[in-house]
Amino acid sequence: MSPPPATEASSLRMIGTMTFGGLASGLLLVGVFEFTKPIIAANDAAALERAVFDVLPGTTQMGPVVLRDGALALGGDGTDQEDLPTIYLGRDTNGAITGYAIPYQGTGFQDVIKLIYGYQPAGGVVVGMQILDSKETPGLGDKIFKDKAFAANFEALAVQPEIVPVPNGSKTEAHQVDCITGATISSKAVVKIINAGNAEWLGLLPPGDPWAAESPPEQVPVGVLDGPQDEPAEPPLEQAPPPSQAPPSQEASP
Amino acid sequence: MSAPTSSAQAYAEFVKGLWKENPVFVQVLGMCPMLAVTNSAVNAVAMGAATLFVLVGSSFLVSLLRNHIPKQVRISAYIIIIATFVTVIDYLLKAAAPDIHRELGAFIALIVVNCLILGRQEAFASRNTVKMAVADALGMSAGFAFALLCLGSVREILGSGSLFGVSLFGPNFEPWVVMILPPGGFIMLGLILLFFAWLQERAKARRGASAAQGGA
Amino acid sequence: MGSYIGIFMGALVINNFTLSYFLGLCPFFGVSGRVTTALRLGLANIFVMLITAFCAWALNTYVLPYAPYLNIISYILVIASTVQFVEMVIKKLSPELFRALGIFLPLITTNCAILGLAIFMTNKGFGLGQGLVYALGAGGGVTLALVLMAGLREEAELSDIPSMMRGTAMNLIIAGLLSLAFMGFAGLFSAG
Repeated sequence: MSPPPATEASSLRMIGTMTFGGLASGLLLVGVFEFTKPIIAANDAAALERAVFDVLPGTTQMGPVVLRDGALALGGDGTDQEDLPTIYLGRDTNGAITGYAIPYQGTGFQDVIKLIYGYQPAGGVVVGMQILDSKETPGLGDKIFKDKAFAANFEALAVQPEIVPVPNGSKTEAHQVDCITGATISSKAVVKIINAGNAEWLGLLPPGDPWAAESPPEQVPVGVLDGPQDEPAEPPLEQAPPPSQAPPSQEASP
Repeated sequence: MSAPTSSAQAYAEFVKGLWKENPVFVQVLGMCPMLAVTNSAVNAVAMGAATLFVLVGSSFLVSLLRNHIPKQVRISAYIIIIATFVTVIDYLLKAAAPDIHRELGAFIALIVVNCLILGRQEAFASRNTVKMAVADALGMSAGFAFALLCLGSVREILGSGSLFGVSLFGPNFEPWVVMILPPGGFIMLGLILLFFAWLQERAKARRGASAAQGGA
Repeated sequence: MGSYIGIFMGALVINNFTLSYFLGLCPFFGVSGRVTTALRLGLANIFVMLITAFCAWALNTYVLPYAPYLNIISYILVIASTVQFVEMVIKKLSPELFRALGIFLPLITTNCAILGLAIFMTNKGFGLGQGLVYALGAGGGVTLALVLMAGLREEAELSDIPSMMRGTAMNLIIAGLLSLAFMGFAGLFSAG
């Protein structure tokens, strides 16, 4: 066993060692960071896509929609997209809008709850909700993401005039949510978060489909060059079977 | 001084970390992650693996460079080395297993202040050859992981009715939820340490009894 | 969610750094069972946390956007330097306090609560004001836990406890009961 060197090192040696150590560490970290960056980005994108597809049934493609200068715009490859409030637009295989997936968060019982929910403008209903992050009490509050019956509340939930939480089993109206027995506060928190999200975003959502012209190439409707407000051939909100000029990638009947 | 074969010596360094000088049960180090990530067995194993990566890597480097690091800046140097390894495993885990990374959360980064790691650098790795330092690091990490797994398994079985995510008792089992909450962690670890203290007392009593019988 | 009272009380009792997040346990179990020492250590912690919160905010705003992988290294180096600085100041101003705190002062560096504060603050995206309030609450919570624990241990020392249980095992069980009690604060500022 040899003890560390007992001689006093010069200041130059100390500074030199620390600088060298710092540089070596920095280089290694840059390398690992760059190596893992694309993988992490891909993971995040896949997770987001899964969540959006989950809360907007029937969605096969999605894209970000950002709030820029008080108005909504499609988020493309804009570099300023990262800091802007973002929601997600879902489309089905025909290019019709399935709805908007709105991520939102708020205080729960224990800590902040992060969720994403799907809103369908045509019916004025929430069509799906998924909890992204919660630290609620295991066995009680965590039922907000474990209880299938609670999740079913959000499959056709009217948002007018406002979503209202009611005691378990007493739901009679379309805009009510059955709370989980024993986890009332967590359930009410979820409702409150969605109401807040609606208050912030629903007024900004455009009627119809102003971005139909910018939908993916194979969905380009006839006459797109005539103007941006072009509606696709079939009514945008009907989940009708694909018409004859539909892209070759259509799937066989389910 | 007589030198037993270096392999035997290395093995001895490895084994001591498992039981006799177990970082959690004997040295009472690394309590923060011990309690925080043992709410499930999977998290416990993941934390054990991450700590092993950091401890073995740091011990290796510190021992390798032990004659080149000036004494006055050694703690800062150790910290930079440890923090680098922690950052590396943080990014690697985030890329390879994002779900586990999210479960462990900030505690991966908190490995850097695990007194166990800095302690081993100061007490051992800086004073021994690379082979011994790595053996010691492996032993300590294994002991730490063993302790994590013990507590994690018990807490998950009692608190969730499952082990490694596999439900053990079926859907009618009413889990003892407090076990996966903070109070359960504290109390369970206390009971485990109590058990170890009892084992030690028994061993001492037996040694005392056999000593009293004389050396026939 | 961003309200200062909410952040402060949240860190102080609802999600107490020691009893809910398991941070700062080394001094929690190691500090002598004397309330006065615990209080002083707690105050030193608060001071270091406030400085750390400020530095973490500065790093997050000006340095880390360009090199996010330097977060752990820069936080820990800031903490180590701050503790060194605080040590020198205390030694100058109050040598008897310095002696009373002894080894626990440099150990604040490896106190997971300080680094935990920097990391949590970053994850929650706190600005400067919120970060400082969070540090006050977190430091206060750690101090609260330390003082309570010291008080309970002072009492326990006078009680008739089997020798096998004395030591860390007993302290852990006491901590567990404390943590259980603090769980009652959950929902203090909830949505309900």
